[in-house]
Amino acid sequence: MKSLAVRRAVNVIVTILCGAMVLVAIVPLGSLLWLVVSKGAPGLTPSFFTALPAPVGEPGGGIGNAILGTGMLVGLACLIGLPLGIGAGVFLAERGDGPFGRAVRFTAEIFSGIPSIVIGIAAYGVVVIPMRRFSALAGGLALALLMVPSLARTTEELVRLVPGTLREASLALGIPQWKTSLRIVLRTAAGGILTAALLAIARAAGETAPLLFTSLNNQYWNFRPDLPTASLTVQIFNYAISPYQDWHDKAWSAALVLLLLVGALNLAARYALRRSAAGGQT
Amino acid sequence: MPPPADIAANGAALAEPPQRLPAGAHTGDRLWNALLGVFGGAVLLVVGVIVLELVKVSRPVMAVGATRFLLERDWNPVVDSFGALPFIYGTLVTSTLAIVVALPVSVGLALFLSEMGPPRLRPVVSFAIEILAAIPSVVYGLWGLFVLVPWLRSTVEPFLQSTLGFLPLFQGPTIGLGFLAAGLILAVMILPTVSSVTNEVLKTVPASLREGALALGATRWEAIRIAVLPYARPGILGAAILGLGRALGETMAVTMVIGNSPEIHASLFAAGYSLPAVIANEFAETVTDVHTGALAGLALVLFGISLVLNSLARILVQLVSRGPMRGAAQ
Repeated sequence: MKSLAVRRAVNVIVTILCGAMVLVAIVPLGSLLWLVVSKGAPGLTPSFFTALPAPVGEPGGGIGNAILGTGMLVGLACLIGLPLGIGAGVFLAERGDGPFGRAVRFTAEIFSGIPSIVIGIAAYGVVVIPMRRFSALAGGLALALLMVPSLARTTEELVRLVPGTLREASLALGIPQWKTSLRIVLRTAAGGILTAALLAIARAAGETAPLLFTSLNNQYWNFRPDLPTASLTVQIFNYAISPYQDWHDKAWSAALVLLLLVGALNLAARYALRRSAAGGQT
Repeated sequence: MPPPADIAANGAALAEPPQRLPAGAHTGDRLWNALLGVFGGAVLLVVGVIVLELVKVSRPVMAVGATRFLLERDWNPVVDSFGALPFIYGTLVTSTLAIVVALPVSVGLALFLSEMGPPRLRPVVSFAIEILAAIPSVVYGLWGLFVLVPWLRSTVEPFLQSTLGFLPLFQGPTIGLGFLAAGLILAVMILPTVSSVTNEVLKTVPASLREGALALGATRWEAIRIAVLPYARPGILGAAILGLGRALGETMAVTMVIGNSPEIHASLFAAGYSLPAVIANEFAETVTDVHTGALAGLALVLFGISLVLNSLARILVQLVSRGPMRGAAQ
């Protein structure tokens, strides 16, 4: 048996080691955030948000079309993905206890870990091959397919937070089950569902890989969903791997814009969750 | 698209078993049940479409022969030579490296969050980890390309070479781009996943186990070592496998730092390639159907690996939360 002093010393050492692991995790985060802000901020002029990309060597130029493109892609993804994902989540929470529900849940769980690039190829097969061209629609579909499984799981978890007593009270008053689901349970869970949707949108906005061969890219403004379109993430990628210093600077600025966008969506999600949690308690 | 017949079938099947109320009570209930059933069936349909399309797009290369495709080392689209081996190798090397680096950090982090750290610091740390999880992959790639890679080239790789250079892992020119850079950036990226799942698993360990050990006079670390970790082990393994699955499919950051050269080298300093990276770089620019098919074939391989890993991880994590020892603990 080791002496108490030795055992206590080991305890302290392990505690310090665990603390060190926290530092190891935080340092890359700090470095990344600091560099994106310090390198990206100088390029954030008003025209950066509104102008088209400039050719190499020309001063100025912006990412206006890429911001619009990301908006369009995410919008299309929401049109397809949000109803499906939220609907499936409500199904899992309300009727998901049978064997069919368990199968759906297991499938959603497994597929929320499938690489996004694989899902991009499915969207390519569904939209790009029949249409014979890259399009915003294909990109939007890829993002939507990507959203559904994890959105369904998050929605389920947040709907299940609604206290069972509320449902029982409603049923005891003779309100039919469907009305109880819609008017009592889902209304109470609205904040939670909003949270799940915002998180899914944030994830979709930051996605790059499946867009490379679905929505491709576009140097000009595009308002049509059946044409290739620029996006923030693909633009960052193209600028970053280019050999030009000017484009590297633009990549950092565009990354800062993307981080601000994703950060705002995440903050909104947290806010919605807090409000819904407070609503659930009272 | 297959006809929606199977959705309707699923919906109809589901209209039957609402376990909480007697069936046929209310038309509204029936409609609501059917609607929800359709949504549930839609998830299965979406997944079915994904699998079907992958198989369809990859068909041209399957005609060449699956075993030859998987075991061939040469990848040269110009002469129609398609071998998946360098990409499978690169994917396995980088994700193994990622999990080897990320697992100890994540377990330390999770122990700090759930067992050891001062309670005041915990929300701050877990907030930081949430931010880490929310950062888009392409931004990690940007950081990797302009911060991590130069640092590896100028500092880390020369140091490793001078101290551990006798190992084949740390030989050859130190260019920065390569397996090591990709593995390290993946480690950072999967850290939130691994640590949060580990944290959840640790939370499911019955308090009585920990309290029992403490009551017997164990220090906090001894209680963790004797009581908490053995109980949580399958779940931590599950977290690691889940992280491995994430690392395998991670595309953008790896594409930007791995060097993009379809070769197999023992050295971690060498440039390589990974399954998702080659798909990202070449898929939009294919000329022949066989090339497209070969890339979709790579996606199918990736899909297969991550399906197996994810299922395994889920089962392991569930094993702990259901608790094989729960009966004994109560």
